[in-house]
Amino acid sequence: MPTQKPPQSNAQTPRQEGKWEQWRQRWDRIASNRRILPVLLAAGFVLSILIPRFNLVNPYIQLILMYVGINIILCTSLNLINGYMGEFSVGHAGFMAVGAYVSAVLTTMFIPTALNPWLFPLIVVVAGLATGLVGLVVAIPSFKTRGDYLAIVTLAFNMIVKSVIENIEAIGGPRGIPGIEKLTTLPWTFFWTVLAIWVIRNFVYSNFGRGVLSIREDEIASDLMSVNTRQAKLLAFTISSFFAGIAGALFAHLLQFISPRVFDIIKSTDVLIMVYLGGIGSITGSILGATIFTVLLEVLRPLGVWRMVLMPLVLVLLMLFRPRGIMGLREFRWLIPHYQLLAAHLWRKKKEATDAPAAS
Amino acid sequence: MPLLQAKQVTHYFGGLCAVSDFNLDLAAGELIGIIGPNGAGKTTIFNLITGVYRATRGSISMNGVELVGKTPNQITQLGIARTFQNIRLFKELSVLDNVRIANYSRLNYTPLEAMLHVGRYRSEEKRVAEKALDLLSVFRLDGWAEERAANLPYGSQRRLEIVRALATGPQLLLLDEPAAGMNPNEIMQLMDFIHWIRDQFKLTIILIEHQMRLVMGICERIKVLDFGATIAEGLPEEIRNNPKVLEAYLGEGGEE
Repeated sequence: MPTQKPPQSNAQTPRQEGKWEQWRQRWDRIASNRRILPVLLAAGFVLSILIPRFNLVNPYIQLILMYVGINIILCTSLNLINGYMGEFSVGHAGFMAVGAYVSAVLTTMFIPTALNPWLFPLIVVVAGLATGLVGLVVAIPSFKTRGDYLAIVTLAFNMIVKSVIENIEAIGGPRGIPGIEKLTTLPWTFFWTVLAIWVIRNFVYSNFGRGVLSIREDEIASDLMSVNTRQAKLLAFTISSFFAGIAGALFAHLLQFISPRVFDIIKSTDVLIMVYLGGIGSITGSILGATIFTVLLEVLRPLGVWRMVLMPLVLVLLMLFRPRGIMGLREFRWLIPHYQLLAAHLWRKKKEATDAPAAS
Repeated sequence: MPLLQAKQVTHYFGGLCAVSDFNLDLAAGELIGIIGPNGAGKTTIFNLITGVYRATRGSISMNGVELVGKTPNQITQLGIARTFQNIRLFKELSVLDNVRIANYSRLNYTPLEAMLHVGRYRSEEKRVAEKALDLLSVFRLDGWAEERAANLPYGSQRRLEIVRALATGPQLLLLDEPAAGMNPNEIMQLMDFIHWIRDQFKLTIILIEHQMRLVMGICERIKVLDFGATIAEGLPEEIRNNPKVLEAYLGEGGEE
């Protein structure tokens, strides 16, 4: 993957350019120092524990922070399909619904309330696994189609999930499940967000991830270069739905009320907007896209209905001037595994070492 | 036993017969050419061998293993690699990734190890990166390893496509018009290059080509197709003087 390049300078006067250059160098130094990353992660985790404990920021902002986390998980997982694999899946809310309902049914109906906080991580994993399984079942027939057809299949899936839930009285039907315990906390959101980013990044920078990328570039060539395209697609789709399920479970236990209506096409569209806003085929883009979208939606809340005009407008402008999104196909260096960056460097050193005696 | 054997391979696109009764016995180490006018079914034959299309009739076998009905990636793993008429690199990916992808089936770690970056992940990744870079350096492309494939000059892209094909570890290499867009000088270089990779990697090569100079220059045996049917077969000299071939290329009553 191409690493992030510093933005081009648009400065008019030389004086400004000098200043810009200075900032650029400073930024480059920070970006190339990977040792800051674990420190930042640890600090983030500690902060996520301290914030709710001592109410460092008001509960409303805490809530938004948790939504940001959940949306990052959703966005990164959908980016795996729409960005990295280059397919067009539009039913992500359907998978989210599966995760949300599985977890909510478990916590409200099966597991004693006293045990819920202790078992919550396990419940989230179960919700994820169940969704992953559903994803696999959906993927097997739908990946016989491509492009527009896959979009229609996933769209239909989203509708099917919604209608199925609406028609099962045992889980509340169209009324949904009220009174879900609030189990999603800031530390847990932080943990799952980091885990999702880490796992998906690891997947992308592996043999299977490269297979997925090559499918986006040229599926036939990829198949002819020994990539088991079917396996790679199923794998990516399963992982994507696994994390959609996890996001769904966190979402249900944050909102404390879920109904089929929450998981309609609009919700899927929201995730799509985040993906294309942040940038296709980029983890950095997913994080940015989800954060900007969530925060912007809250900031624009005073505008009322008008924000529904403003958001699409932002998207239209973005597509006109930056069709691949903010970070399309580019990655911030910290998010690329270190030894992937080193591979070529180490090989060159080794080669120089072996070539040198031969030359002298 | 021949390396590759095609028996009465026939393929229809709807009602159109693209290839009819194509037969081929290819011994290991041979370098043969398939020529013919546009639309004669040359590329279709490559697509049939590599599993992109499934033959309507007939059988193709590699080392005695039937290929018809297998997926392209399975066939590639049996030792057949190809290049494309119009370059089909993974354009947005790095040169190194292009070559690493060709090792897809030969990396030994599970998806779970990949997702958690544990177990064999690091050692296998190291192995494949070194292997890919070694191969790139043989073709003097290692300096471009981190560059996007689309940024390479045309000639290097063609070379990279061959490197990528070689990275799958083939016994049989199918070259689809490797000289497309090259000038006579470059074609001369390409001839040496093809000979060299054949000796270096112990390959058997089938070449599809329009450029008579190239085909006549390096192929030991030539098959001529026209409208899907094999109209001539033999040594380059025989083909050169075959009236049927001249007719197919130049039209009836064409002058020599």
